[in-house]
Amino acid sequence: MNINLTLLGQMITFAVFVWFTMKYVWPPMMKALEERQKKIADGIAAAEQSQRDLELAERKALEILRESKEGASHILDAANKRAETIVEEAREVARVDGQRIVAHAHDQVQQAVVKAKEELRSQVGMLVVMTAEKVLHRNIDAEKHRDLIAQAIEEI
Amino acid sequence: MTETISTAQYIEHHLVHLAYNVKSGQWHDDGSFWVLNVDSLLVAWVVGFAFLFLFRFAAVRATSAAPGKLQNFVEIMIDFAQGLVKESFHGKCDLMAPLSLTVFCWVFLMNLMDLLPVDLVPRFLELFGVEHFKVVPTADPNMTFGLSIGIFLLILYYNFKIKRPKGVLKEMFTAPFGIWLFPINIMFRLVEECVKPFSLSLRLFGNMFAGELIFILVAAMLPWWSQWLPAGAWAIFHILIITIQAFIFMMLTIVYLTMAHEQH
Repeated sequence: MNINLTLLGQMITFAVFVWFTMKYVWPPMMKALEERQKKIADGIAAAEQSQRDLELAERKALEILRESKEGASHILDAANKRAETIVEEAREVARVDGQRIVAHAHDQVQQAVVKAKEELRSQVGMLVVMTAEKVLHRNIDAEKHRDLIAQAIEEI
Repeated sequence: MTETISTAQYIEHHLVHLAYNVKSGQWHDDGSFWVLNVDSLLVAWVVGFAFLFLFRFAAVRATSAAPGKLQNFVEIMIDFAQGLVKESFHGKCDLMAPLSLTVFCWVFLMNLMDLLPVDLVPRFLELFGVEHFKVVPTADPNMTFGLSIGIFLLILYYNFKIKRPKGVLKEMFTAPFGIWLFPINIMFRLVEECVKPFSLSLRLFGNMFAGELIFILVAAMLPWWSQWLPAGAWAIFHILIITIQAFIFMMLTIVYLTMAHEQH
């Protein structure tokens, strides 16, 4: 149990072992540990980020939904208005057309009446002449008494 | 060995190292300084290289993805050492955590040899003509002093590195009682520092030597059929002791080096 050369051997061994651990065991293990730490931290950060993104997207979706609803109601209003105006216009056109047709018909009736009156008048004239001839048993020369006939017609 | 060997002879036989005198070239411990305790060094190397190989193997294959069982174990050990270092030491020192881990694992493994049956290795080596073989390196004061003197040198190194010679001198003169009691301060400091390697190595050596001696006594004095009970009980208790002694050795290493870093 003397102190001897073993002491020196042990000290050298000790130094070499510690050096080896420090140089060849520690750094790779530390690297792996730190990398894993970083990975985990990144993962947590990414999860938080995506959570935020999700919230943002949800809010955005709601916004878009609201906007589209608004837009749809706008479009509906416009369409309704447009339909109303179209109906209104059609009504107007129909009214104007109707009036025009009525007026036209009126004119035609008027013309027919005038024409009929005219004809009636001339036929009445002829009748008068024929009647007068018969009364007088005499041929009234229509040429000669044209002015007379015309006068009679006028007077009817 | 024959059946007629006496208890005292048996014990004595178990306390002799396999020694080699470097100067005379003889396999005999003649008490001179030039003797190597080959058994202690050999076992220390074997378990030490086993530790280094295992950890280096894990370190080479270390991945930042999901670790395997070996890597998990090594990471736990590294975390353990680093946690203890960080708990007491707040500066930056790349040496301290690897040093503590090496100290703990190596001392633990050397202590662990104590749990081998006392006659197993010596008897086996006897077949090859080896007369003596002590299998517990930490029951050899050379080994424990080898460790503690290494740590003592580190304590000195860090004292001078951190505080500079001027700071160390100032501390020696003024702490803890002030400049006017400087002779007492210097004496205190010298005793305090010089006690450290002894306290480290003698505690470990004492525990391991006593533990081994009890195994030897059990083996020497009790009949073979009753040895299992006291030896088994002592072995179970000894599992605790070898772990605690390794832990204490590491802890004191950390504490001493932390003290070397700190200014008074």
